Amino acid sequence: MYDVAIVGAGVIGASVARELSRYAIKAVVLEKDSDVAMGSSKANSGLVHAGYDPVPGTLKAKYNMLGRQMFDELASQLDFPFKQNGALVIIKNEADLPALERLMVRGVTNGLRNLRIVRNNELHDLEPNLHSDACAAMLAPSAGITSPYEMVIALCENAAQNGTEFMLDCRVEGVSKEEDHFCIQTTRGIVKARIVVNAAGVHSDEINNMLSAHKMTIVPRRGEYCLLDKSEGAMVKHTIFQLPTKMGKGVLVTPTADGNLLLGPTSHDIDDKDDVSTTKDGLDEVLTQSATLLKHLPTSKIITSFSGLRSWHEEDEFIIEEAPDVPGLVNLCGIDSPGLTAAPAIGLTAAEMVVKRLGAVKKDDFEPNRKGIRPFQSMTAEQRKAAIAENPDYGQIICRCESVSKAEIIAALRSPLGVNSLDAIKRRTRAGMGRCQGGFCWMRLLHIVADECGINLMEVTKSGGQSNVLVNPNKSGFAKHTGGPADEKS
Amino acid sequence: MKKVDIVIIGGGPAGLAAALGAKDAGIENIIILEREQYLGGILNQCIHNGFGLHVFKEELTGPEYAARYEERVKQAKIPYLLNTMVLDITRDKKVMAVNRDGLLEIKAEAVILAMGCRERPRGAINIPGRRPVGIYAAGTAQKFVNIDGFVPGKEVVVLGSGDIGLIMARRMTFEGAAVKAVVELMPYSGGLKRNIVQCLDDFGIPLKLSHTVTQIKGGERLTGVTIARVDENLKPIPGTEEDISCDTLLLSVGLIPDNELSRNAGIALSNITGGPVVDESLQTSVEGIFACGNTLHVHDLVDFVSAESEQAGKNAAEYVRGKRPRPDGGITLSTKGGVRYAVPASIDPGNVSDKIDIRFRVSNVFKNRYVAVYFDDTRLKRHRRLILTPGEMETLTLTKAEFEKYPDARSITIALEE
Repeated sequence: MYDVAIVGAGVIGASVARELSRYAIKAVVLEKDSDVAMGSSKANSGLVHAGYDPVPGTLKAKYNMLGRQMFDELASQLDFPFKQNGALVIIKNEADLPALERLMVRGVTNGLRNLRIVRNNELHDLEPNLHSDACAAMLAPSAGITSPYEMVIALCENAAQNGTEFMLDCRVEGVSKEEDHFCIQTTRGIVKARIVVNAAGVHSDEINNMLSAHKMTIVPRRGEYCLLDKSEGAMVKHTIFQLPTKMGKGVLVTPTADGNLLLGPTSHDIDDKDDVSTTKDGLDEVLTQSATLLKHLPTSKIITSFSGLRSWHEEDEFIIEEAPDVPGLVNLCGIDSPGLTAAPAIGLTAAEMVVKRLGAVKKDDFEPNRKGIRPFQSMTAEQRKAAIAENPDYGQIICRCESVSKAEIIAALRSPLGVNSLDAIKRRTRAGMGRCQGGFCWMRLLHIVADECGINLMEVTKSGGQSNVLVNPNKSGFAKHTGGPADEKS
Repeated sequence: MKKVDIVIIGGGPAGLAAALGAKDAGIENIIILEREQYLGGILNQCIHNGFGLHVFKEELTGPEYAARYEERVKQAKIPYLLNTMVLDITRDKKVMAVNRDGLLEIKAEAVILAMGCRERPRGAINIPGRRPVGIYAAGTAQKFVNIDGFVPGKEVVVLGSGDIGLIMARRMTFEGAAVKAVVELMPYSGGLKRNIVQCLDDFGIPLKLSHTVTQIKGGERLTGVTIARVDENLKPIPGTEEDISCDTLLLSVGLIPDNELSRNAGIALSNITGGPVVDESLQTSVEGIFACGNTLHVHDLVDFVSAESEQAGKNAAEYVRGKRPRPDGGITLSTKGGVRYAVPASIDPGNVSDKIDIRFRVSNVFKNRYVAVYFDDTRLKRHRRLILTPGEMETLTLTKAEFEKYPDARSITIALEE
């Protein structure tokens, strides 16, 4: 019997898990996919919002502001990328100036003190590659960028290191309320817990509806993106927004925390909660709208495109509460933008609800710090020499585009959550995330995974499940199923 | 810091030939840096034949061709390092590399760039749909099959009819896979004619010209693609869609000269070839840094890579010995009328000993055209050609004597004419 089961290892579940790992309780995170951060949390803009956008007085406004305040400390404790690059909301028509000023007033009401309007020359000095029609912008200096999946991985690893259990490939198929606990049927068997935290993202309505008479509907709202080569990462310094509309903040252009340039997202409600396809119309829309923000859009530098699903609730508001008719079911639903920014604060509030109900006490041995994998790419020459002297695997470059060494790949395979798919390695090390998108490193990665995990090369998957990369030995039969490449020179 | 006369970045066909060229020209202190665990580069996975017809006057497989050069490099006792990745090259010709022994800093008198090229990934052509396993650049799949001995799938569609796509259509057929179609956006193939015959026609694999993949389907694994005919603007025509089930999509949608190192060194790159802008010595915009092979521009035949690279090696050697002064300007080489690019971009006749080869490609399929060479506004010569295609690299030679006829020429133009 667990004290608490958290359903979903996205940024919300991860934030709750990490906060709860401060307490002397038995907690488990149930995740349907083969890794954490596999839903909305891996496919979003990675923005840490300043807080000018949500309507004052809403939970979105409250948690955006609270979450933003937690980011600097959290990123330094947990060693995930976070950079305060500032945001610019631009207008191209003087007639939109009143709307821009209303947005600024909203920000001030939400508690932001450093917003200001920048005009013409100052704006173009700040961002020389901005579209020449841009005539004014609101500057929000406290906005930032993070790597959303690295943040989730960091939160989860820290929770795991403090005793939280993680069950991956564990889909919840049913939940029932017994007298003093919940009985959760999963693809990995029955899990019992006194409290259920529902952080199931686009599927959180299904979890709620299994238990509560207060039915809920979460609409998957798809956003499509294009990612550009790092050579374009310095195109803009700030995150460049258009004036927001009721469908969201519109297509934006931003540097990413890893130094690429990101364009997107679109915003379209769809029916299928698993449909993360990109579409021709969607990608065209991303490019057309991005082109209105920049002087020149280097479309030839696109290295990949992707889509993610926002969890939109019809009231356009976060749900952060215990279900009124199901004591012990903590619902964290409808967490769309600014959900990533709000997540640390939502985690804190949800943990308080759980702790209060359990009467749990803090552990005295909680370790708040977690170290990520040290990237070869960001080391100085002296650090590189020292790292290789200590571990020669640091001198063996596996991913040429991102200069990822074998040492980092092995560190990812030995990291606390026990993952071994190529995509899981990619999110932890950036191997395969560069301009050649794995063309160079995949075979090298397959060998390292097979060697390190003691499995057959054909058992290595791209993203868990049935996503094996190699399906058969070739007819010549020279392949070694594990170990190094066949010696074709003999 | 280690000091050498010439450092060669890459031990593929270009790097090996460049090393031999430099050695023949009398330079001893050379080092080849190779990131793979073997020399020979991409040739090692090109186990089909068709290599060496020009250089060796016989038909070899890729590994055989590579082995001949590797043998010559070993006989010439030219030093090389394997498993060594170059991280950075500076304008003053310092090279930083890394391997399991540590960081390696080399100061060279001359650098020869021979990094080859890489394949365009799916993202570069922005095909919409899901992101399942089963989509590979054709060369990546070629490595799976030919180097490591595994096949990635059983039902294959190839997008793009470049040579690697054509070769892999046949290779996957040999491995028992059903290759359902090779889909080509353009109204002509980007590959060699002989490959279309020997890799597709001989196996009854349909080549769908003026078609593209418009949708990728699947969950964890690829389950199929939608293809459609395209109009003259290369846009899919609604109503022409056709679903093809497959578990593997191989992409042969273009090669990009690998020039991240060159870019970081501040070397000027051509927008058309993606490779460095070079003069008659194959010297880049940075003095003492030379480029050859697929790093310079994507070749069709390795034989031409070898010839070009050997020349680059000789030129670099002469530069090191002070016998090849950096030209002051030179004659600009430009193209028009269907000639997409030409290498080099400028020629100083003073550095042409007896003749110089100019490599170029055309931008479309042309029949019955003249390839004409102009010195300023005067036509020097022209040759009639029955057919020119974008997939085949063309060579024309200018002699010392021809340059001497026009001592005051400011520009040379290569043009196609009716």
